[in-house]
Amino acid sequence: MRRFGLAGWTVLGLAGLYFIVPLLMTVSFSLWQGHGNYGFDAYRSLLARPNLLPSLIVSIELGLATCAAIVLLLAPAMIFMHLYAPKLRPVFEFIAALPFVVPAIALVAGLSVLFTGPDWLIGTPFYLTIPYFFLALPYAYRAIDVGIRAIDLTTLTEAGQSLGASLGQIIRMVVLPSLRPALIGSMLLSFAVVMGEFTFANVLLFHTFAVLINEVGQNAPTEAAALSTLSFLITWGAMLGVLMVGRGNAQLGGAR
Amino acid sequence: MSQAATTPLRRDGVVHKRPASQGVAGLILPYSVIGLFIALAALFMAAPTVMLAVQSVTDDHGFTLKYLEALGGDNIVVAFRNSIVLSIASAAIGVVAGGLIAYFVISPAMPITLRSAVTSFSAVAANFAGVPLAFAFVSTLGTLGMLTQGLRSLGVDIYGLGFSLFSMTGLTIVYAYFQIPLMVIIITPALLALRTEWRESSENLGATSGQYWRMIGLPVLLPSLISAFILLFGSAFSAYATAYALTSGNIALLTTEIANVLSGDVSSSPQTGAALAVGMIVVMVGVLVISAAFSRRASRWHK
Amino acid sequence: MATVEARGVSKSYQGRTVLASLDLDMGEAELICLLGPSGCGKTTLLRIIAGFITPDTGTVHVGGRDVTALPPAARKMGMVFQAYSLFPNMTALDNVRFGPRVAGQAKTEQVKRAGELLDLVGLAQHRDKYPHQMSGGQQQRVALARALAVRPDVLLLDEPLSALDAKVRLQLREEIRRIQRETKVTTVLVTHDQEEALSISDRVAVMNGGKLLQVATPSVIYRQPADAFVARFIGLAGILPGVAEGAAVRMSNGTILPADAAVAHQSGRSVEMFLRPEHVRLQRMNGHVPPGALAADVQEATFLGSLTRVRLRLPELPDHAGLWADMPSEHAADFAPGQRVTAHWHETSPHVIAVEAAQAS
Ligand SMILES: Nc1ncnc2c1ncn2[C@@H]1O[C@H](COP(=O)(O)OP(=O)(O)O)[C@@H](O)[C@H]1O
Ligand SMILES: [Mg+2]
Repeated sequence: MRRFGLAGWTVLGLAGLYFIVPLLMTVSFSLWQGHGNYGFDAYRSLLARPNLLPSLIVSIELGLATCAAIVLLLAPAMIFMHLYAPKLRPVFEFIAALPFVVPAIALVAGLSVLFTGPDWLIGTPFYLTIPYFFLALPYAYRAIDVGIRAIDLTTLTEAGQSLGASLGQIIRMVVLPSLRPALIGSMLLSFAVVMGEFTFANVLLFHTFAVLINEVGQNAPTEAAALSTLSFLITWGAMLGVLMVGRGNAQLGGAR
Repeated sequence: MSQAATTPLRRDGVVHKRPASQGVAGLILPYSVIGLFIALAALFMAAPTVMLAVQSVTDDHGFTLKYLEALGGDNIVVAFRNSIVLSIASAAIGVVAGGLIAYFVISPAMPITLRSAVTSFSAVAANFAGVPLAFAFVSTLGTLGMLTQGLRSLGVDIYGLGFSLFSMTGLTIVYAYFQIPLMVIIITPALLALRTEWRESSENLGATSGQYWRMIGLPVLLPSLISAFILLFGSAFSAYATAYALTSGNIALLTTEIANVLSGDVSSSPQTGAALAVGMIVVMVGVLVISAAFSRRASRWHK
Repeated sequence: MATVEARGVSKSYQGRTVLASLDLDMGEAELICLLGPSGCGKTTLLRIIAGFITPDTGTVHVGGRDVTALPPAARKMGMVFQAYSLFPNMTALDNVRFGPRVAGQAKTEQVKRAGELLDLVGLAQHRDKYPHQMSGGQQQRVALARALAVRPDVLLLDEPLSALDAKVRLQLREEIRRIQRETKVTTVLVTHDQEEALSISDRVAVMNGGKLLQVATPSVIYRQPADAFVARFIGLAGILPGVAEGAAVRMSNGTILPADAAVAHQSGRSVEMFLRPEHVRLQRMNGHVPPGALAADVQEATFLGSLTRVRLRLPELPDHAGLWADMPSEHAADFAPGQRVTAHWHETSPHVIAVEAAQAS
């Protein structure tokens, strides 16, 4: 491989330019105040926007709700499936693959045909938790599945039961701690996905962080650059978390 | 049989040896959680999909094929073509560039710090998509972007030369920003699974590096490359936010067309939107079926 | 079918010496085993011969030709790795014909050659199987056939049997020996299994800490180990420390044990006397210890089938002294643990080695 040294450095150098230049340009654009002046004006006026905080809060709440759905529904369902209904595995695999086959925009279309009420369901932003759960499902499923396979759930549970522990105790004291890296990884990933999600929110007319970025971008380009910079930092934080937790599958989200 | 029955820790024996006190009641919670998950998936994933299919073939008078036939209309065909071309182009760039980057980065000659830097940057960039990505590129290569202006001051007017960020070329360049790192993440494990013994054996038997890649490396990687391509294709094909923020509808793509119908921006019937969505699903299923066939052929030597 | 000479070969990584100026000469058609504990540099030496590692100093000659600067592909050497070296996307036949194929031979020629070699390793009927459809032993046979297909000058095997289970290992090592005799290819086999090394080598090269300690036939290695490491590492040996005195060795309790005449010129030095278990005879203690014998306690008796191996403690000698004795199992009942015995042997049996100055306490 040493023979490829020059080619290798060339490829990596070009890739480095392609990936870093837009970031640098965005950061400097966000600091641009016109006529050769640079400063934090864009960030200041961004913070002064009355709708920044509410949309950020909505997005964070949705991110947390989605994480909760993964930990409280998906993880237990997968654990129980492993222990009590391994025959249902193909069904689970199929469900986890569906969001890949049915693009988000198609799912929005289907949901809006099917659900035109009741208002307590579709009238609040928390309605978005449902599609977001499925958006994050393929990645969360894979991360948790890897975690479950790695710990040999069946043997752990048998060992616990032979020592007289109840099922609840086993899950709380043995299974969940062993799955913690996988769970934290999929939560951070889902959180990043939700923070950047635009399709559902925009079409279903909810005012989330990503929708705000788009709105700002239409009339205040430097503020949009500032928001892009912030958004990159948020993604970076979440991914750093995923990588530090280790086993997490720091793969892809659904913000595209 | 009798032996198995007396063995306390049978692999498949969990249910039998659950303490009697739990009995049937102990099964209620597990099965209701499993049931809830499947029910939610049926209600919010499967049912909407079926609804789309039904809606695309019904109007006020019952069954009709006119909406599906309308998919053959000129602007819809353009949207299909644009979406597919954009997805194939950006996935191809992603596979080639991402594959090369991953290959060079895992080479033992590269410093280990560079390797972890690329890994973590890839994780971030693969998830840095949508609206923020679009604006990052507008700030760079838009008509007033920093790079555009910088080049202009050097006498190079890229827009004058026919470039536009808001074109298919521009979209492809932007999509590559998440496709390439996605490929790096997906393909690195497969590259690491190529054993050094294979390379050294081939070298020892007199093969050149090119012969190694042609006869062993690429054939072994092919199934992974195919599935990586499919994943990249799908991620571009279903991308909406990036395209929406960049083109505001200049370029017809399936995702933006459907969104226009849904938000009432265009005067199409909901059935048209449903037919478009069904079309997208059909494309995705078709791509998966074709790739599965290729993959089976490519991995016939595999377990 | 060529001689191999490694001269003054040394290699270090980050200042740590892995091979220290080492010389190895191999005759045509010879099979040498590199034997030594893990980490002693066996693989490094083998890969220097193969050309995957460039030595810091020294040269490698094959058939009189200096190959030190040649890349692996130009050295005409076949290599077999520990495991998993078969190309997974090729059948057994395609694996074996890979070398002839990249050399540009006609396809019929390649297939014919590969067929012959699969015959040679006894896998003719498995030619269309993929590696994952074969057992570990079969895979290693294919790897051997593949390495031989290019008619190499030298065959290099790096622990080719250590990933296999015991029975297959035994069978395959005999087969490697047979094939090596038939093809007459000069062969280096790396192993950390002394039984393997002793049973199939023309000569054994014992390594430790990046040095070659002794290169000799198996029986010389076993009977006349060149130093204390070789004596301890190969086979089982009882050790009796003492001081050379004429043609005998005086133990710390005053006992004089006869040894061969060669000991005479070490007179006055600290030595160790090594005794193989098959040479030590035991008698139940009957009150007196005859001259040339030692009093001992049976510590442990291990049944090995036809033989029983007895470990002895020597209460009157320092702690690191000890003896082993093998006896037919039908006599073993007399020597239960705790039994007091006398141990004796023929006076030509012990092998005496001077204790290195650094080692002497
Ligand atoms: N590339 C390397 N970098 C640093 N140390 C190495 C390298 N290769 C081998 N070593 C060290 O050299 C010593 C000898 O290794 P090796 O030849 O593989 O031993 P053996 O095959 O006898 O077990 C070991 O201590 C090993 O840690
Ligand atoms: Mg080794």
